[in-house]
Amino acid sequence: MSATATLLSREETLLEPPEISAPHLVEKPAVKTNPTMLPATAFEEKKGGGFFGLAAVAAWSLLGGLTLGLPDKVVGFFESWPYTHEFGVGALVFAAIWLALTLVASLSALPRPLARVVQAFRHSVPWLIVLALILAAWEVLTAKTLILEPPFFAPPSSIFDAYVNDYPRLLDSAFNSLKLLFEGILWGATVGFLVGVAIGWSKRANYWIHPILRLIGPLPPTALLPIAFVFFATSHAASVFLIALATGFPVAILSWSGVASVNKAYYDVARTLGASELFLIFRVAIPAALPQVFVGLFMGLGASFVVLIVAEMMGVKSGLGWYLEWAKGYADYIKMYSTLIVMTLIFSGLISLLFAVRDRVLVWQKGTVKW
Amino acid sequence: MVALAVASQWEEAHPGQSASRIQVEHVSHGFDAPSGERLEVLEDVSLDIALGEFVALLGPSGCGKSTLLRLVAGLEPADSGVLAQDGAPITRPDPSRIVVFQDPTLFPWRTVWDNVALGLEAQGILKKGKGHVDEALKKVGLDGFARAYPHQLSGGMAQRAALARALVNNPKLLILDEPLGKLDSLTRLEMQGELLSLWQKNGFSVLLVTHDIEEALFLAQRVILFSPRPARIVSEISVDRPYPRHRGDAALANLRHTVLNHLGLGKSW
Repeated sequence: MSATATLLSREETLLEPPEISAPHLVEKPAVKTNPTMLPATAFEEKKGGGFFGLAAVAAWSLLGGLTLGLPDKVVGFFESWPYTHEFGVGALVFAAIWLALTLVASLSALPRPLARVVQAFRHSVPWLIVLALILAAWEVLTAKTLILEPPFFAPPSSIFDAYVNDYPRLLDSAFNSLKLLFEGILWGATVGFLVGVAIGWSKRANYWIHPILRLIGPLPPTALLPIAFVFFATSHAASVFLIALATGFPVAILSWSGVASVNKAYYDVARTLGASELFLIFRVAIPAALPQVFVGLFMGLGASFVVLIVAEMMGVKSGLGWYLEWAKGYADYIKMYSTLIVMTLIFSGLISLLFAVRDRVLVWQKGTVKW
Repeated sequence: MVALAVASQWEEAHPGQSASRIQVEHVSHGFDAPSGERLEVLEDVSLDIALGEFVALLGPSGCGKSTLLRLVAGLEPADSGVLAQDGAPITRPDPSRIVVFQDPTLFPWRTVWDNVALGLEAQGILKKGKGHVDEALKKVGLDGFARAYPHQLSGGMAQRAALARALVNNPKLLILDEPLGKLDSLTRLEMQGELLSLWQKNGFSVLLVTHDIEEALFLAQRVILFSPRPARIVSEISVDRPYPRHRGDAALANLRHTVLNHLGLGKSW
């Protein structure tokens, strides 16, 4: 009797949610149970936010006012700087938007989507102010005073020239760059991952592949460019190969180290539970190695950008690297600035995409889990 | 009494339960040390675990008890001697003999539910066995944490999840390698009780390695004492006390004194 009684009471205590042992789990629902309104912390800095919001309005009005109010100085073969008027009006439109957001932010309760926008705005305000001041200084130093002289320097307003007047060529270039890049990364990441897992898992694969990796890996793929253009039928194929090489090396090394450093106890556990060798590779080694694999992908992505642009500058007949070279041929520095901005956005976007995928795949690794 | 029963009688007497008899005969085992020398770890160890018996191995740390467990689990072949489960030699790991290690070694990339389902998934029988996973989680009181990740669990909860991961396979032998060694003392006492009730409900044989004398005497029917490395069996103590046992039991205290004497620590009594 007393035995069952103690057993029962033990079970009961077990079924109660442990309060101390898993604090983050117990706290979690508190955040979730507020579907329509953001938590109060979002509105903590209401007064400061309003003040800085008006500062952003002022900064962007200043930018618009300077651009529209001060006369352009024109030199040489430029009749006038393009898009000065549109740029100034655009700045004033942004100032109006910031004003609207500042007013909305001062309301006491907001529906959730709008609250999110306001929160993002509040977060960005210091940067918006600085951005307007930089653009204003840039516009004054170039178009308004010519302290920074053309053709090497161009006002921010003129950057839009290429986007408006040469967008078919620019779009085409961006598209071709992305196509080439994806093809190379896909090959490089796939082969690199397989090679890394193979040499991490199999001693024989390690014996044969490791020395090759050690020799060829550190060689900058760009050094192979001239030869690759001869060996491959098309410059496209050569570039795909070199981009793949650049991506594949870090992916292979880090996949290898990821697989090799898996806690051996995981294998013991899986084996006593009846796991086959394939299960050990695909359900234990590879998932355990994924955090390292993503580091390899990040490094590989960076290396692939370098090879892409150099290959396009040297041989490929389209793409953003080619567009840069082409603009250089006409000494069209404005177009080069435009291209650089496009490149920045694309490459930074790709890295962000990789990190978003990583956060999704490695959700178990983060301190706080979203579900 | 249970130790003497033969398999068929045992199963008749324990409906719905399953256990194994484990025989270890003249097993010796060693390692190659990094210096190139041969390091003998086990020396002529023989022991017999009856169907459904709870046996504890007690000895100084580093003496080779854990090595014996790896041999019984089938993770390594023994240098010499024979290990057998129900008369058949042990040559490889098998889900009927599950190890619970000192570290829970949950896979951090899997939720608690997926960790517990690991054995069924590895054996390709998860589709039919989803209910068993839920059941095992319930048995250890983690049914509310099925979707949590291991890093969100406390030490005790993680070890419970590891227990559930073992139980879901309906093991005939549970091999416990200091499973409570890293828990705080309160959680430890609580988990000892849980371990006992799981054993009583499921009926499996248990081989427990520990260096906590009180734990061994509180849990096991038989305690086997090992010498320092290379491990030999020094003595065997039968703990003939009914369950549930009481920590204050005078008979257990006397046994404790005996154990300390055998381990050369009698003076501290």
